[in-house]
Amino acid sequence: MIPRSRSSNRSSIWFLVAPAALFMLVFFLYPMAGLLIQGFSEGGKAFLTLFGTDLYLRVLWATFETAAIVTVAALLLAYPVSYLLATTTRGWRLVGFMVVLLPFWTSILVRTYAWMVLLGRNGIINRVLLDAGIISSPITMLNSPFAVQLGMVHVMLPFMILPIYNAMLRVDRDLAMAARSLGAGAFSIFSRIYLPLTMQGIIAGCTLVFVLSLGFFITPALLGGGRVTMFAMVIEQQIRETLNWPLASAMSILLLVLTLAVFWLLNRLNVHSRRWSA
Amino acid sequence: MKAVRENGSSYRIVTVLGRAPLQLYSAVVFIFLILPILVVFPLSFTPTSYLVFPPPGLSLRWYERFFNDYAWMQSIWRSLKIGGLTTVLAIAIGIPLSFALVRTRFRGASLVEQVVSAPIIVPHIVYSVSIFGVFFALGLVGPWYGVALAHTVLALPFVVIVVMAGLRSFDRNLELAAMGLGASRLQAVLRITLPSVAPSIVTATFLAFITSFDELVVAMFLAGADATLPKKMFESIMTAIDPTVAAVSVVQIVIVSLLLVIVALAGGKLIGPEE
Amino acid sequence: MTKLDCALTIENVDKYYGTVRALSQINLHVKPGEFLTILGPSGSGKTTLLKCVAGFETINGGRLLLGEADITDKDPGARNIGMVFQNYALFPHMTVEQNVAFPLVMRRMGRAEIAKRVADALELTELGRFAKRYPRQLSGGQQQRVALSRAIVFEPSLLLLDEPFGALDRKLRETLQLEVRRLQRELNLTTLFITHDQEEALLMSDRIAVMFDGELHQVSGPEEIYQRPANARVANFIGESNLLKGKLSAARGSATTLRFVLESGISVALAARNDAACSVDGEKVLLLRPEHLSPCIDSGCVGNQKNVLPTTVEELVYLGNVSRYRLRMQDGTELVMRLSGSGPKLRVGDAVRVRFSEDDAVLVAAERHTLPPRVLAEVA
Repeated sequence: MIPRSRSSNRSSIWFLVAPAALFMLVFFLYPMAGLLIQGFSEGGKAFLTLFGTDLYLRVLWATFETAAIVTVAALLLAYPVSYLLATTTRGWRLVGFMVVLLPFWTSILVRTYAWMVLLGRNGIINRVLLDAGIISSPITMLNSPFAVQLGMVHVMLPFMILPIYNAMLRVDRDLAMAARSLGAGAFSIFSRIYLPLTMQGIIAGCTLVFVLSLGFFITPALLGGGRVTMFAMVIEQQIRETLNWPLASAMSILLLVLTLAVFWLLNRLNVHSRRWSA
Repeated sequence: MKAVRENGSSYRIVTVLGRAPLQLYSAVVFIFLILPILVVFPLSFTPTSYLVFPPPGLSLRWYERFFNDYAWMQSIWRSLKIGGLTTVLAIAIGIPLSFALVRTRFRGASLVEQVVSAPIIVPHIVYSVSIFGVFFALGLVGPWYGVALAHTVLALPFVVIVVMAGLRSFDRNLELAAMGLGASRLQAVLRITLPSVAPSIVTATFLAFITSFDELVVAMFLAGADATLPKKMFESIMTAIDPTVAAVSVVQIVIVSLLLVIVALAGGKLIGPEE
Repeated sequence: MTKLDCALTIENVDKYYGTVRALSQINLHVKPGEFLTILGPSGSGKTTLLKCVAGFETINGGRLLLGEADITDKDPGARNIGMVFQNYALFPHMTVEQNVAFPLVMRRMGRAEIAKRVADALELTELGRFAKRYPRQLSGGQQQRVALSRAIVFEPSLLLLDEPFGALDRKLRETLQLEVRRLQRELNLTTLFITHDQEEALLMSDRIAVMFDGELHQVSGPEEIYQRPANARVANFIGESNLLKGKLSAARGSATTLRFVLESGISVALAARNDAACSVDGEKVLLLRPEHLSPCIDSGCVGNQKNVLPTTVEELVYLGNVSRYRLRMQDGTELVMRLSGSGPKLRVGDAVRVRFSEDDAVLVAAERHTLPPRVLAEVA
């Protein structure tokens, strides 16, 4: 609260910082350290179990697959929408953002539940299709990978739209005009100018969505109906069913490491664009 | 493509195809985004005890059921308590830290900032396992304040990020100008700085509360037998298939919308630069 | 590089934004190799006109011709026009080389050819050693030169410059102004330049087209614009002016002079000239440039000498090489006078009579007159 003064009062800074530092130490760093300890207990036996069990590895792979699918789908849906938001008039932008932010702030449970209502055999979509005579018997959409991916894309979409939108805002509006005056057609303008300049936003969005999808629990549990298993659900199982601390810890550590690896990897892709950006 | 047109509309540089496909595509995406939320509204008013669309009538029975149900009301109360404590803690810890990080230099500042931001990167399930391990050993699984402590860890990064951003965009010269005009340091901060940073604080409060109120994974592990609202909803969805959950959802959506409006009116900078 | 010099003809161009008229019957002919500046305040329509010529805006009436070809309906990319934007519009993710090469890549030239042309263009603007740098690593002036290189590398028929020096400081601006002019002459490139800075316009142009509210008011060379503005508004916009209302007297002073009676009753003699202003009807105003006034001191003005105005000194501003005086006549009219540093020194409150020669007195129209299009366009 004190403007920077030449004699920075050591003790006053301490008052400002100490609560946060202590709190995080006790309630974050200590538990996370506990995770490491548990996971590597008995010489890392849990990790051997983890990597040795075919089931777990398959689930892990499926989780990656799902995360990738969701990321790509979200990107394809989000990019044009972000462009529209970035280039439209203020009034429409407001409307657009309400539509994007309202789901964002609505509870994930509510949204997931809504999808169950929409996709169920007695759900709305089936109802409408049956009544319209397009189908003769209800389609099973729920409790499938499709439902999980759909629900996840719905949840992730705002996370993809916002970073891309921000990147697009920073693109100089004159650049497209300059490119046109120099003879570029629409496709060239997009591929050579717009896409590279929004790449940072794309990577930020994809990172966020992919990483969130890796650790996702709620939507797969509800929309998958037990038929779809994601890695987070397996971790939860270890605790709930068997209280197997070492294994749960090992899995958590693996998930964390993978998350950090994805961050790091996608961050490297951005390094090239840092050379020229302001 | 004739250049000379009657109404003189300008030539916009977008695509050769024009904006119509873009708008159509976006409209479809927007419908996709908003549809589920709209869907629960009519559903919550159904007089039937199963999910059917369109609802054959209008009835408030599920709302009655919700508000009259002891377990549901308890869960809301619990979530409110937890959310309240989380918000208070996150704000009380986060705002001073934000000031320190923006306005002073101290050794380890960068480390502190990274540690405080770390929970954002850690998947909730991972954190849940770790905190559950600690609380289980301490016998802290069950009490509502235990959940609040864990939620505070999750909420703190948001508070710090938002308040720091607000502080950074505040021009310190205003404070100095006020002091030059005769205000004391304290007066300057109270009258000039705080009002200016208030929108960020409001946003941070909102974020902290929502982070806790909506949170399920940590709550699932730490809440024990007594449920929070998300936990009760989750269990309801898994077991009973009556439209009570729809009514609860509508209540949730309305509350969040109201809060959003309040935050927006308080000068929220959620939308980005004005045209 | 080969020289492509085409003439640009803007014929009867109108433009509306909805019901608002942005451009009104614009007629302009830019000669091959000429440097023509469109000068006007913000909102005058000069940027709109530029965008219409470039092809980013459509016109509602009239034609645009480049050389022999009608470009009215052509895409911006197909008009073969090079454009330099106000804030450079350099592609930040491409090097200087890649930026300059871009139009050639769009024209699908061979790689060797592109490399050669880019090297030539960069040499012309002395940017050779920055070829591999990114725009953000360059200064404002260097970025502007890159924008220029990019606009000329593909040998356009016309060069458009949209207030390119606005963001630069004075010294840099002067350097670049001369550089652009030098380059333009060397390439004999027909150029259309937009600015609101009248000094810049006077310095750089072969001809100046003065524009207000979507209409052209005068198209002439710099000297003509300054010495013989077509109307009071143009006079006010270019340099400082003293504008005195009055009426032309029917009775002439002599065979070579006209008589103009000021509102205060003082009679003034002007050299008779075949001005466009004189030949049209309507109210006239007397224009006296501040440097054309001089005080009657010592051996100064004889008794009933013509063209003498009695004034009092109200204010004096010392500007180094000149002193600027604000004077007031008895009827309240204010005058501005500039004297060089070596001239007589006056003090505030002094009563001083100022005189001017009848050759320096210029009659301008009070309002813009609608002359037949050809006359406006060809006055030179």
